[in-house]
Amino acid sequence: MSTLEALTFDLHGETFALEATLVREVLDLLPETEVPGAPAFVSAVINFRGRIIPLVDLRVAFDMPLAETTIDNRIVVIEHPLDGEPALIGLRADKVHEVTSITEDSTADVPRVGMRWRADFIRRLARRDGDLIVIPDLDQIFAARGQTASVTPFHPPQAR
Amino acid sequence: MSGLDPTETFRQEAQELLEQIEQGLLDLADRPGDRDLIDAVFRALHTLKGSGAMFGFDALAAFTHHCETAFDRVRRGEVAASAPLVAAVLAAQDHMRALAEGRPVAEGLDKALLADLQKAIEGDGPAPPTTPALKAFKIRFSLPADALVNGARPLPLLDELRELGEATVRVITDAVPPLGELVPTHCHLAWEVVLTTTHGRDAIDDVFIFVIDDMTLEVEDLTAPSEDAPVAEADPQEAVAPDVAANTPAAPGAGAEAGRAAKAGDTVRVPAERLDEMMDRVGELVIAQSRLKQLAASSSDVALRAVAEEIERLAAEMRDTMMIVRMVPIAQLFGRFRRLIHDLERDTGKRIELSTEGETTELDKTVIERLADPLIHLIRNAADHGLEGPEQRAAAGKPPVGRIMLAARQSGAEVVITITDDGRGIDRARVRAKAEENGLIAPGAVLGDQELLQLIFAPGFSTAAAITNLSGRGVGMDVVKKTIEGLRGAIDISSEPGQGSVVSLRIPLTLAIIDGLLVRVGASRYVIPLGAVEECVELSPAQDARSTGRSLITLRDELVPFIRLRDQFKTQSAPDPHQKIVVVATGQDRVGLVVDQILGDHQTVIKPLSSFHADVGAFSGATILGDGGVALILDIPAVVQMGQRHDAHLRAAG
Repeated sequence: MSTLEALTFDLHGETFALEATLVREVLDLLPETEVPGAPAFVSAVINFRGRIIPLVDLRVAFDMPLAETTIDNRIVVIEHPLDGEPALIGLRADKVHEVTSITEDSTADVPRVGMRWRADFIRRLARRDGDLIVIPDLDQIFAARGQTASVTPFHPPQAR
Repeated sequence: MSGLDPTETFRQEAQELLEQIEQGLLDLADRPGDRDLIDAVFRALHTLKGSGAMFGFDALAAFTHHCETAFDRVRRGEVAASAPLVAAVLAAQDHMRALAEGRPVAEGLDKALLADLQKAIEGDGPAPPTTPALKAFKIRFSLPADALVNGARPLPLLDELRELGEATVRVITDAVPPLGELVPTHCHLAWEVVLTTTHGRDAIDDVFIFVIDDMTLEVEDLTAPSEDAPVAEADPQEAVAPDVAANTPAAPGAGAEAGRAAKAGDTVRVPAERLDEMMDRVGELVIAQSRLKQLAASSSDVALRAVAEEIERLAAEMRDTMMIVRMVPIAQLFGRFRRLIHDLERDTGKRIELSTEGETTELDKTVIERLADPLIHLIRNAADHGLEGPEQRAAAGKPPVGRIMLAARQSGAEVVITITDDGRGIDRARVRAKAEENGLIAPGAVLGDQELLQLIFAPGFSTAAAITNLSGRGVGMDVVKKTIEGLRGAIDISSEPGQGSVVSLRIPLTLAIIDGLLVRVGASRYVIPLGAVEECVELSPAQDARSTGRSLITLRDELVPFIRLRDQFKTQSAPDPHQKIVVVATGQDRVGLVVDQILGDHQTVIKPLSSFHADVGAFSGATILGDGGVALILDIPAVVQMGQRHDAHLRAAG
């Protein structure tokens, strides 16, 4: 049985999980540079060890309101392909938790009803202590630039 | 980042060898009798065959073998390096390149090429079939213990010896250790081959050309004493003391190898990404250094200040050195065009002479790569549209051979590359007619000469009455212009009717660094490329108040429109009381950009933005400032265009 080592973090009260192998570093908030004209999904860039990397706000992809910053806010820097090229990308997180193991049998496909989120943005849902962990599909989210528009809950099931 | 992938290594080597072959062949076309050239081409073919077989490129090795055989006959003086032969091998060389790069090749192409090759050899007239006397050699060789691990394979060596003639092979197992001590990956065997062949000693040395450095090779000429003349190759010393002979560079092959080894010691091949990484580290170093400098400045510790200054100097030197490391001579690029000219001569039926100048001029590696396509197009254009046919040239009293000159020189922080031809020049009346026809300019519009000539770079412009298969294909001149502008360069063009044209490309030395003007708008900082900046003036409160209706200032009797960056960037904070205008030039336009504050010069290490921000448009990159913050670099033409659209919207909204 395969298990997924995942870093979990909160966004607007929901828990998300990222494969731990993707994660390069978890940073405290640092000065951001806004890119005028860029969508809210990637409104800014940051200086990550001499590299300028985009700062992605997954809340936009999941229709969550933007919140005040708190002392728990972090930036999770991941290495993930972007349009076919390996790239470093910063993800905003309200709060970052520990790395946990998610076993495959605790996860489920994304239900076709009862979801207000764009279904193809989610790879799997995992159950933990009666709560849900969202494993986002970063490929889809990045490819759509976080645009939530085009999808209804009756979206045809994804190939995966 | 796979510097160790053997296939990739071979491809790189093959690339170099094929280039050597191509250059050699092209030189041979000029100097058909040159022994050194013939030898060089042969040796490169041979090396290509050998390493191809070693790395499993069997099709390549087999095909190259035939070319090598053909060239061997040239080398032995049996056939001349005639123009058809050179052309046939050049064509074959393209096929080899395709095989080496693993590109799909048309079926039967190899046969056709080889048939051509055969014809070229035979067409030269059968050379006197001198059958050299048979010679017998006794060859003993052994490979170093780790040879197998390093990829050497003894079997092909033996096969190659067998190809030379009648060979009897005996394995010498003396050095094989008892089973307990045997290291299975080591090579413990030696071989003794008695070879009866028409070839000389050189041919044997050539077999071992790749492994000669580490191996022991003893060659004994069994027929030497009976030979009428004691040929130099059967050097008595060798017969007496074969051990010494083993590593004596007696054969020209070994000499060439030694030369190559020495050269390899001088240069190191490094994957470009590693240089980029180093560049990043240097960038970080510079940033850390400027933080240190700030700290030191606010401290009264003299020793700390001294160290900070020392580090500042070192960091600056380090950065300069890093820039130099990335520079490569433009000869690399110019070398490729000789082949292009060769093909163009064939396709156009014109005689063309290419001369180059300033090949040692250096440019950033990335820039060189991106220049290749535009230059190919410009040269094609010069050959196709610029140069006249032989009759026309004769009628104009010009020498029959058209000249194209490629020259490069450094001028300040730019490299100027010129493509000069002595053809018919650009027909301005036709350019104008064509531009009017395509709606690029209004009929009868008054244009400066440069403006008129620049029209040939406009999208959708082509003066070629008939689209030939040369200039009609691939990129258009507008793409050339775009590429050059993408490199932050510029194109100038001049042309004398009947005398030819000169296209000059001005390219910045490096993509990685620009001089910029650092400005502030609201809380954000931006870099304006200094090359675009004409002057800075203050926006007086009166102009500011008036400009709600019109955004124009008068600058030395000229009206200059201006764009408020804070509007365009939707900056929330209140503007500074004394805003400044940075006047920039883009193409023919001068536009003012209103900013809150001018912070000063800034040497900018350009970092690309991710593809998330590619469609934002207004920025060509970003840079890291001394305090660790990020400033976006303005793409001036894009900003101006957006400003124009912004204004149009405002007008439409009424």
